[in-house]
Amino acid sequence: MSLATESQTGSPLQSVLGWLLRNHIWVFLALTVVVFSLASPYFLTVNNIGNILTQGAFIGILAIGMTLVMIDGEIDLSVGAILALASALAIGLQDHMGVWPAVFLGLMSGAALGFVNGTLVALSGMHSFIVTLGGLIGIRGLVFVYSGENALMVQDFSYTEIPEIYIGPISLTAMLFLALALFFQWVLSSTRHGRETYAVGDNIEAAHDAGINVKRHKIINFTICGTLAAVCGILLSMRLGTAEPNAGKIWELWTIIAVVLGGTRLQGGFGSMWMTIGGVLTLAVLRNGLRLLNTPNYVELMVMGGVLVLALVLDKLLNHKGDT
Amino acid sequence: MDDVILKVEGITKTFPGVKALDNVSFDIRPGEVHALVGENGAGKSTLMKALAGLHKPDSGQIVYQGAPTEVTGPLDARQKGILLIHQELSLSPELSVAENIYLGAWPTNRFGVLKKRELRRNASKALEALGCGFGPDVRVGTLSVAMQQMVEIARAEAFSANVVIFDEPTASLTDTEKDQLFHTIRGLKARGVGIVYISHKMDEIFDITDRITVLRDGQVQGTVDTADTDLNQVTRMMIGRTLDTFFVKAKAEFGEEVLRVEELSKSGLFQDVSFSVREGEVLGLYGLVGAGRSEVVETVFGVRRADGGKIFWKGGDIALPTPRQSIDMGMALVPESRKEQGLVLMMGGRENTSLPHLSLFSELSVMNRPKELATFEKYRSALSIKTTGPDQAVSQLSGGNQQKFVLAKWLCADPKLIILDEPTRGIDVGSKSAIHELIADLAERGLAVIVISSEMPEVLGVSHRVLAMSEGAVVAEFEGDDMTEENLIDAVSHHRGEAAA
Repeated sequence: MSLATESQTGSPLQSVLGWLLRNHIWVFLALTVVVFSLASPYFLTVNNIGNILTQGAFIGILAIGMTLVMIDGEIDLSVGAILALASALAIGLQDHMGVWPAVFLGLMSGAALGFVNGTLVALSGMHSFIVTLGGLIGIRGLVFVYSGENALMVQDFSYTEIPEIYIGPISLTAMLFLALALFFQWVLSSTRHGRETYAVGDNIEAAHDAGINVKRHKIINFTICGTLAAVCGILLSMRLGTAEPNAGKIWELWTIIAVVLGGTRLQGGFGSMWMTIGGVLTLAVLRNGLRLLNTPNYVELMVMGGVLVLALVLDKLLNHKGDT
Repeated sequence: MDDVILKVEGITKTFPGVKALDNVSFDIRPGEVHALVGENGAGKSTLMKALAGLHKPDSGQIVYQGAPTEVTGPLDARQKGILLIHQELSLSPELSVAENIYLGAWPTNRFGVLKKRELRRNASKALEALGCGFGPDVRVGTLSVAMQQMVEIARAEAFSANVVIFDEPTASLTDTEKDQLFHTIRGLKARGVGIVYISHKMDEIFDITDRITVLRDGQVQGTVDTADTDLNQVTRMMIGRTLDTFFVKAKAEFGEEVLRVEELSKSGLFQDVSFSVREGEVLGLYGLVGAGRSEVVETVFGVRRADGGKIFWKGGDIALPTPRQSIDMGMALVPESRKEQGLVLMMGGRENTSLPHLSLFSELSVMNRPKELATFEKYRSALSIKTTGPDQAVSQLSGGNQQKFVLAKWLCADPKLIILDEPTRGIDVGSKSAIHELIADLAERGLAVIVISSEMPEVLGVSHRVLAMSEGAVVAEFEGDDMTEENLIDAVSHHRGEAAA
């Protein structure tokens, strides 16, 4: 037959180039690392790399769940609020029931709220932007009610030592982030659920016509996203020893920025955890590097905004996806 | 009967306001290609979706391999061996070929982990059986439409389908690709697969099918062996209406020539098209879907650029206009797909009416609302449009009323020539005659009108003169007493017969 494909397997060089084009964020990350290494002698030190990983891990864990939801073509704005609730429950309840039951309940609160988000999105047909915007406000309100508008303090400080496990410079939090990211990359690439995620986000009618239970599928991903937000909240409460009602405010935005920076498509159907890890690390490197250079906070925000737009322009140019 | 693989018995399906299928029965034998033909809205797609588990029929049953079967969903249909190849391909562009072949039915272990090697191996086998020139790992988005279609057909191999339904499979294929598709279909047929072939293209139907079932208004008009019939008979079964539609024709009082087109050509679409239309005249353009009618008028209007030919407006050569120039001269084109091109569905009737001529309704960019409202009311009563008010979203209106707003928005610029592409497609009978009356009224007020239609009674009923088009060429012109259904069918089918031979 005269049917021939445009691009099949080429030379190894071509496939490396192809991977870089699709994961251009890693090129960008390498660039920022080089720039900051030249600009600050403190940047490229083992200690600082460890710091970057730990700092990035919090947004990173949120970004894993967000990536799943965004490949589905949805969005979850409530992760910051869920994080605050899980963190408040984990600290607030441990005086009554002990540390691990409180942590477990904190996790369950995230799973339950994610489930509610997913169910509302799947069954009502409302856009997830609206549903989770409601969650963002409502759940934050709940946190204030529960904590009585005060920061909850942990009584037994051994709680704050739980995440103090290091392998070299890498903290437990960072390890957890990397492990979760690798696990969910495996889910995306090697499980039925992962294939469904791409199929649903890419062409929801085709997915439905192929007999995929689209509603159940979306509920599962929102539940995962909520649970991971709770994981992040609990890790944060361990690190700080307190649960502030305002914890994680606008973190949902930083999370979305990290995921989009990585190259995952807002309209769904395209993305990966590799991209998200790249996006998360780039964001963390930028924040860390700018602080090492004593950049004023407002300038930092301007630079971050500029970088985000630049990265998206780059993505548009490199992959020129006309099918927006 | 033993040699029937799938049988539909008395299926009825009603949608709000429409009886899409009315007691439909037909059967498919193993190793045959069975054509399903009918005009748009005849119920072909609904029937196929019922077979593929996408619609649940209100009554009637499906007998599959000798036993009454309920198809509970698309995946169920596929696993039973009934496969629908959609007109708009049902694939995920970002996934690989193998993943798309098994979309939603990937081989996994009991923890939901993909068996990638098995997936790849099975997909390779299916692709090889079809002789596809691409492997299982290619991303579907990088394939051409024809190759994407092969991916869907590979599902037939992968699921050992007994029945494969093709819905307009050649709509976006080139001739070579079409030959390859037919080769594949014959291969499936040779292995005893029952094939349903839905198409508008008669030459293809006579080329590839064994039997033809004609649907009209949701009812089966009959099933005939392809070898024992001809295009005339099938066309008559398709269009012969029982509904007596009353047509009003405008008085034949013609004025000056408004538009003349000479030897207009656009490669691959139409060649050497010439015609003219005068004030007060209704010119009909008849032809089957794909004959190039819409493309010709779109070129005249300036949406497409012609390769050659001349366009004269009131006697003056206007070269090739842009749409803006055409509108300014007084030309109006009411497109076929009003949802995509004609209306902003979320806006109300008032805003839709004024949309193409905002400068008429504004001063220094500030909208003149009273004037806008007055225009809206004028056309609402003139065209008797049923709407609750100027701001009711047009998406909530019936097809007929939507179409009237499309007309209103072009009429309020006071055009000299109005081109209507399938003005009554998909709207109810009552609104149809209202639009026919409107066409007559426009012509009597001195407008030149061009009406494109695939409905023969309509085009004969409203026009003073009819051009028959086939495969991008004007094949005949009829006027007065020569305007009969027989002549039109002859002109179109004779030409098609020649082209097919």
